[in-house]
Amino acid sequence: MSAETLMLTTMLLPLAGVIGIISARNNPNVREGITLLTSVIVAFLVLTIANRFLNGEEFSLTIAEPLPGIAIAFRIESLGVLFSLVAGLLWVVTSIYAIGYMRGHHEKNQTRFYAAFAVAISCTLGIAYADNLFTLFLFYEFLTLSTYPLVTHSGTDKAKHAGRTYLGILLGTSIGFFLLGILITWYVAGTVTFQENGILSGKLDPAWAGILYALFLFGIGKAAVMPFHRWLPAAMVAPTPVSALLHAVAVVKAGVFTLLKVTIYIFGSDFILANDVTGGLVWVAAITILVASMIAMTKDNLKARLAYSTISQLSYIVLGTMLATKSSLIGSAIHIVMHAFSKITLFFAAGAILVVTHKKLVSELDGLGRAMPVTFGAFLIGTLSIIGLPPFGGMWSKWYLGLGTIESGNLLLLGVLMLSSLLNIAYLMPIPIRAFFGKPAGGIAHTHINEAPKTILLAMIITSVMCIVLFFYSNHFYQLANLAIGNN
Amino acid sequence: MQEHISLLLVVIPLITALIVAVLPRGILPWASTLVATFICVVLASMQLWEVINGGVISYELGGWKPPWGIEYRIDTLNAFVALIVSGIAAITLPYALLSAEKEIPPHQIPLFYSAFLLCFTGLLGITQTGDIFNVFVFLEISSLSSYVLISLGSKRQALTSSYQYLIMGTLGATFFLIGVGFIYSQTGTLNMADLARILPEVTELKTIHTGFAFILIGLALKLALFPLHLWLPNAYTYAPSVITVFLSATATKVAVYVVIRILFYVMPSGFMATIPIGDFFVLLGIAGIIIMSVYAIYQSNVKRLLAYSSVAQIGYMVLGIGLASTAGVTATIIHLFNHALMKGALFMAVGAIIYRIGSCRMDNIHGLGRQMPWTFGAIVIGGLSLIGVPGTAGFISKWYLVLAAIEQSAWISVAAILTGSLLAVIYVGRLIEALYFKPATESQQNLKEAPILLLAPTWVLVFANIYFGLDTELTVGVSEQAAQALKAIVK
Repeated sequence: MSAETLMLTTMLLPLAGVIGIISARNNPNVREGITLLTSVIVAFLVLTIANRFLNGEEFSLTIAEPLPGIAIAFRIESLGVLFSLVAGLLWVVTSIYAIGYMRGHHEKNQTRFYAAFAVAISCTLGIAYADNLFTLFLFYEFLTLSTYPLVTHSGTDKAKHAGRTYLGILLGTSIGFFLLGILITWYVAGTVTFQENGILSGKLDPAWAGILYALFLFGIGKAAVMPFHRWLPAAMVAPTPVSALLHAVAVVKAGVFTLLKVTIYIFGSDFILANDVTGGLVWVAAITILVASMIAMTKDNLKARLAYSTISQLSYIVLGTMLATKSSLIGSAIHIVMHAFSKITLFFAAGAILVVTHKKLVSELDGLGRAMPVTFGAFLIGTLSIIGLPPFGGMWSKWYLGLGTIESGNLLLLGVLMLSSLLNIAYLMPIPIRAFFGKPAGGIAHTHINEAPKTILLAMIITSVMCIVLFFYSNHFYQLANLAIGNN
Repeated sequence: MQEHISLLLVVIPLITALIVAVLPRGILPWASTLVATFICVVLASMQLWEVINGGVISYELGGWKPPWGIEYRIDTLNAFVALIVSGIAAITLPYALLSAEKEIPPHQIPLFYSAFLLCFTGLLGITQTGDIFNVFVFLEISSLSSYVLISLGSKRQALTSSYQYLIMGTLGATFFLIGVGFIYSQTGTLNMADLARILPEVTELKTIHTGFAFILIGLALKLALFPLHLWLPNAYTYAPSVITVFLSATATKVAVYVVIRILFYVMPSGFMATIPIGDFFVLLGIAGIIIMSVYAIYQSNVKRLLAYSSVAQIGYMVLGIGLASTAGVTATIIHLFNHALMKGALFMAVGAIIYRIGSCRMDNIHGLGRQMPWTFGAIVIGGLSLIGVPGTAGFISKWYLVLAAIEQSAWISVAAILTGSLLAVIYVGRLIEALYFKPATESQQNLKEAPILLLAPTWVLVFANIYFGLDTELTVGVSEQAAQALKAIVK
């Protein structure tokens, strides 16, 4: 396949899957089969693209040019490859998981669920491969809209209310700040196409750069930087596969990915470092890291705790991005991958607990570990990886992020990272500890409880094994991140 | 025939109107109207094509030389507006057959189409003529016929809202006429090109200032500029669905066109800088965008919600005019076109709901999105375009308008435009939530989708919303050309 066809097929295939899913709505087995098949092919295509890209092939494609100089265009570069790999590969695992979860939990409107899910993946790939801010913005907005029916899936008042928060914050920040940032960029630079070393250097008065950067930082609401983070805990009313893939991987990572792209290819790290563009803004990320961790400790609801943990972890990436040194940018890029695999494992486990025991609170989990050893084993691995211990993948990203703070000479920020690791231990470790060593309430052992359905277990095992594998084989991702910052 | 196009565009609907009035009931009145509007679209397209390639057309009515005779003077701007008007009319008519049958008593159908054609004549006439008194005449033709059309609505409130519009509209027309009189008294001419030539010599005179003040306030009433918009929400809510579609997409647009024509063509260049009219329009535009969007959020009737949104959208257009730069006026002209597409699509979809359930109150449309997926789809896409999501026509308008504001460092305007979009998110969101996420009542569980004759025109407009969001060669190209041709823009 030629480069253009390959790229277009990858992005359109999930949409083709949607047609299949809807036409097979009366036959659940076929419908799930189509989802699974589509996701496997997409994963294969994403891998093919990554492989051919690393062999030096160029991928670029222009679909239309709505405004003179502003095109809907795609071009693949290393960060996009990295992000598309994460989203594409984890979609397969999540599809496997979703079959067990949606059936085990007797969810309604499953066709709409699978269809909207596939649309969201298509939008995510559009974001990953976008060649300019306009195209990226287009798919960024579509991703918000396509995930809205997933958030309001259950149709309860609580879900509708959450849907309003979700749409309000994400659309609000993107139209109010992000779009304005894009418009000013266009006005100043005369282009919005991503370029190595950025497009603003020499065109934007450095005095205004901080304000423009703030428009992007707060406008990209999907990165969930405080005070625009409320949508993420609200989105937890969605079925767990959605929380797992979209609200721990695709949607939130689309946010930090966009911020990385803006930093590297619009501002350019040299421009940022030379003019200290983000000097004050890094503290927004630092505060988000700490405050979100502290809120996480107070949450008894498991998914809410994980959501605040995600907010905190996202700000690691935001912090690394804003420091804009070589190590911190590599750390941010790798953390997209590492956090994705660890957090999805945690959500998978939370969903498994919900399906089997219908328990949502951390305080109800005492003693469950012996009844569900695989689930809590996976949870433990995810936890250790998030904390950043060897031999788990999460260690590498923290390593580079830490190096980045030292490079920038800001040791106080290194302190923030260290403190946050301690907080991670404080809010995540008690969960497996209580499950394995705690005594069940009333002293009744959970003898009647079995492990989760097989597809759920399979998905959890895959992702937790990946957490370990990534410790030993993170070289490809390192290479991609390195390419993005201009090293070969 | 080629050279008579500009006249034919007015004569054809006028004559058809007379014929339709005496035709028997049945399908004939509709069919004749349909044919007339389709001929007009073809003629308007030819006219635009000719103007773009060959420059300004000047047509002397009855062979009398201007400035003594009436001159039809066509440049890119009015050729474009004429195309919008006739295009919308042609798309509305296939829709009108079923919708009018449902909402209007059979014995009034021929008169209905006759009044529709008269209104159409008036709107096209305003765009064609190069004579300011003639503008008044056509303004009155279109207004009088729209009073009739609105009063045909099926609810009794249609009569009072028509009366309200009659009073306000007549006031506006009178103001306009007084202003024209003042200016005529000092210049002795009514031809707009001639006025543009003579006015620079007499701009100092207070009579001229007063004349323009009367004209602009008269027009502000006609185009429902906040806070002179009070007639519009009632008129749009209670008019028959077809008429709401047609008027919302054309009538106020034509009034905006006249404002552009007066401010940037008739008025001498530099005149705008001596009076604070630009700031005044920016201020009213901003107030209109914000206040009317907030009003829209609290409406319990879908048509009224969209009507308030229309007043807010007029705010965007006026804001662009107030910026008084080529970029600003370009943005306004683009939005003239794009807003006609989005509001046309939305009002048509709402009309389809009315066709099925006879109401468009928020409480009565719960869950209809599931029964009428195509209508719902049209509302979703039209709504996204109204918000200005990229990939839709609405985004293009916002993009140019914000850039025009940034160009002048008008940050408050920028904030107002973006806030307007956010408020649109809320009112469109409310609509979608009611249509899709609230459970349908027992009696509405098995509702059928609207007939194809209503859906097809709706979806033509929906696709146009997407098409003109991706390919802007026509809209942006023509609007830029039109704005650059307006010689009185100094910035």
